[in-house]
Amino acid sequence: MDPGLVARFAAIVGARNCLAEPPALVTYECDGLTSMRARPGVVVLPASTGEVAAVVRLAREAGVAIVPRGAGTGLSGGALPVAGCVVVGLARMRRILEADLANGWARVEAGVANLDVSKHLAAAGAYYAPDPSSQRVCTIGGNVAENSGGAHCLKYGFTVNHVLGARVVLADGSVVDLGGPVADPAGFDLLAAFVGSEGTLGIVTEVVLRVLRKPEATRTLFATFPSCAEAGETVSAIIASGIVPAAIEMMDTLAIAAARAATGLDWPEVGAALLVDVDGTVGEAGHTAARAGEIARGSGALEVRWPRDEAERQLMWKGRKSAFAAVGRISPSYLVQDGVIPRSEIARALGEVARLAREAGLRVANVFHAGDGNLHPLVLYDARVPGEERKAEELAGEILRMCVRLGGSITGEHGVGADKVVYMGEMFSEDDLATMDLVRSAFDPERLFNPGKVLPAPRLCGERPWPSRVRPVEAADPAGPA
Amino acid sequence: MEGRRLLDDCVHCGFCLPACPTYVSWGVEPDSPRGRIDLMRALADGRLPLDPEVVTHFDSCLGCMGCVTACPSGVRYDVLIEETRARVEREVRRPLADRLFRSAIFALFPHPARLRALVLPLLLWSRSGLDALARRLGLYGLLPPRLGEMAELLPPLGARNLAASLPETTPARGPRRARVGLVAGCVQRVFFPGVNDATVRVLASEGCEVVVPRGQGCCGALSVHAGREDEARRMARALISSFEGLGLDAVVVNAAGCGSTLKEYGRLLADDPAWAARAAAFSERVRDVSELLARLGPVAPRQPLALSVAFHDACHVAHAQGLREEPRALLTGIPGLRLLEVPDGDQCCGSAGIHNLVDPASADEIGERKVDRVLSVGADLLASANPGCTLQIRKLAGRRGVAVRAAHPIEVLDASLHGTSLPGAPRTGR
Repeated sequence: MDPGLVARFAAIVGARNCLAEPPALVTYECDGLTSMRARPGVVVLPASTGEVAAVVRLAREAGVAIVPRGAGTGLSGGALPVAGCVVVGLARMRRILEADLANGWARVEAGVANLDVSKHLAAAGAYYAPDPSSQRVCTIGGNVAENSGGAHCLKYGFTVNHVLGARVVLADGSVVDLGGPVADPAGFDLLAAFVGSEGTLGIVTEVVLRVLRKPEATRTLFATFPSCAEAGETVSAIIASGIVPAAIEMMDTLAIAAARAATGLDWPEVGAALLVDVDGTVGEAGHTAARAGEIARGSGALEVRWPRDEAERQLMWKGRKSAFAAVGRISPSYLVQDGVIPRSEIARALGEVARLAREAGLRVANVFHAGDGNLHPLVLYDARVPGEERKAEELAGEILRMCVRLGGSITGEHGVGADKVVYMGEMFSEDDLATMDLVRSAFDPERLFNPGKVLPAPRLCGERPWPSRVRPVEAADPAGPA
Repeated sequence: MEGRRLLDDCVHCGFCLPACPTYVSWGVEPDSPRGRIDLMRALADGRLPLDPEVVTHFDSCLGCMGCVTACPSGVRYDVLIEETRARVEREVRRPLADRLFRSAIFALFPHPARLRALVLPLLLWSRSGLDALARRLGLYGLLPPRLGEMAELLPPLGARNLAASLPETTPARGPRRARVGLVAGCVQRVFFPGVNDATVRVLASEGCEVVVPRGQGCCGALSVHAGREDEARRMARALISSFEGLGLDAVVVNAAGCGSTLKEYGRLLADDPAWAARAAAFSERVRDVSELLARLGPVAPRQPLALSVAFHDACHVAHAQGLREEPRALLTGIPGLRLLEVPDGDQCCGSAGIHNLVDPASADEIGERKVDRVLSVGADLLASANPGCTLQIRKLAGRRGVAVRAAHPIEVLDASLHGTSLPGAPRTGR
């Protein structure tokens, strides 16, 4: 980037928080999705909404694309830079500004880590419910951008159900407040447009979150099954019985092995396992957990276990929540996919996944939010074997198409980002996409915010609709492909 | 180089970020474990040159290994940063002042005799009242930051620092349960002789015959952590030699950084055919004193201590050696003692070997957070198993006018077993 422009960014955020040296830029080339990379022109780390607004105004004046970034844990490449862009990192905006527990809300800066909100409120007996597996790291701003989910969204809802208001910087550098602590304000719900907009409409700098009282009791059970079929039946049977579990997580053989390797848990080698949380008052949680255990046994569980103490319960959840990264212990590389199917189709969908994997000659580990039908197939491969990454991407794509065929979606909670732009056409008609683009241009007519994400770029004539894989970023990297 | 394979273990999930003290301080990706691994990859692939700009990001790493604990993928960041630092020392020429300062550190700290030679002038300086005056007037602040840092870190000194020596063999009290060798350390030996005295007494009471081989030198921990591989290997060979052939069941160490290095000798000397097997055999016998005592189990009767103790996890015990329960167990066995946890206890205090000497500004920023947390506990005493951590926390608390009373956990146990008195509160800066 032109040194004069860098100096102007530095004047806004301070030299120390304006990174333009090649080594620093290399570390911002990708987020949690490492297969796509591009080098930004500059990275700025503002400390206030005012600084964010000044950065946006300058970027717009210079005609430079703006890519917002939280902790860079996203799995769909939502924070993937555009070559030469300005990355606006919110990592320094991590204050918890105020909390009003009587009215159930807290106002935080966008760079606060998800779990830090709950830690901050713990002493007062309150917490923030959505819990993505990366919650120790991922930021509230990133959660809003991706409408993140998590294991406990089955009972409590996704990020969108927990955001009451947001302060956002728009494309012209103006700052507006959408929504606020008062529930259900009048007028158009513009806030909802921002939740899940993946950084394409503006930059969220502050968020008013709904916070809940911690349930009086939570009971956890761990059940093992000969195969995913019995585990899938159990999920449907538990929910059909009228129980609304706080979470039902499913893991297959490979995922169980990965979690075991990461945590040292004594989980057996079985076809599938469920980790179930039920919560409520002490009496309610105890009764419901017992009932859920009976249902699991009745549906063919090999074994139902209850954690001995809180430490073991925490460890079980740690095993589940680190399962993605822990798969790194059983495979040199992997792709995380994120698709949704109707809950009743779990057994069939996993059968399909296994068939597709066999045909491709690759292994797939499954660890997912079974109660929501939100699959997370992890396609294992070895990037050092020529052609295998490509094969893995094709397999991941086939799995998403299968999700759409079964009546589901190409993403449950990780977002479309750069990774799944090419599959938008599988789910939406051209009219649908054009309508979404109209909403986007209403906020950002010059399309400077996170270009290339969510919505496919306009096609060139003669091109097939939604070609197989858009990867303009590597070619644009001045240092060549990674 | 095994490095490339180890680099591929990182899946870029970012779980290490909140565990990294420099990322917590600055929120900057290149000063995080994930970012540093990106840089190592770019260096390995030739996408970046190894120049002073890249080196700043490796230098900023404290080597606390908090990320190793946090990593779900089992990335060996400890090995990666060590290999990278060795490469930096081989290939990058540092600015003159930096080179001189680092040479001075390595000419002094790994040499107990030289350190001890410094004690008398320092003792006179502090006894004369000039030290107190200088502290009161803030004169240390007028020194160049790195020297001022060193001066301010100094612990209270006494005659024991001048003459400390341990008996070569101490018999076990009662039936002998083990024969162990004690690594006396450098800073530990000269500045905290009471810790070694306590270690010998406790081990003897718990049934260990304790051998302190004469002429043992530095273990090379500071050198390993700074990438000075050849120097470290030289020191390792010498130390192994001084502990061989003594018929020891275990080699015991009470300083965190030394312990983790001793346990890695096998890897340090793996490429040396004459020493690989000897080093591996040595490392296998190394035990932190808390680890050894936990394995043996307590036999000596504990007397009550009415004391609340905040427990500080030294990074090179908790993260590098994975010992969390064992050091606490030294204290929880004492009747009347109330053990309190320091919030965010898995975070480094900023001392980090020589980090607080070469980069005092960063170290203090990190250390201030630790001091906030330590003081929030409101305990009577801080238990800290590493001399560097103790000095760092006391120094920063001292600047706030707070005297933190600190002791090695083994000194607390010694007090319970033998009625010895615990170290008092140090003087403060004001």
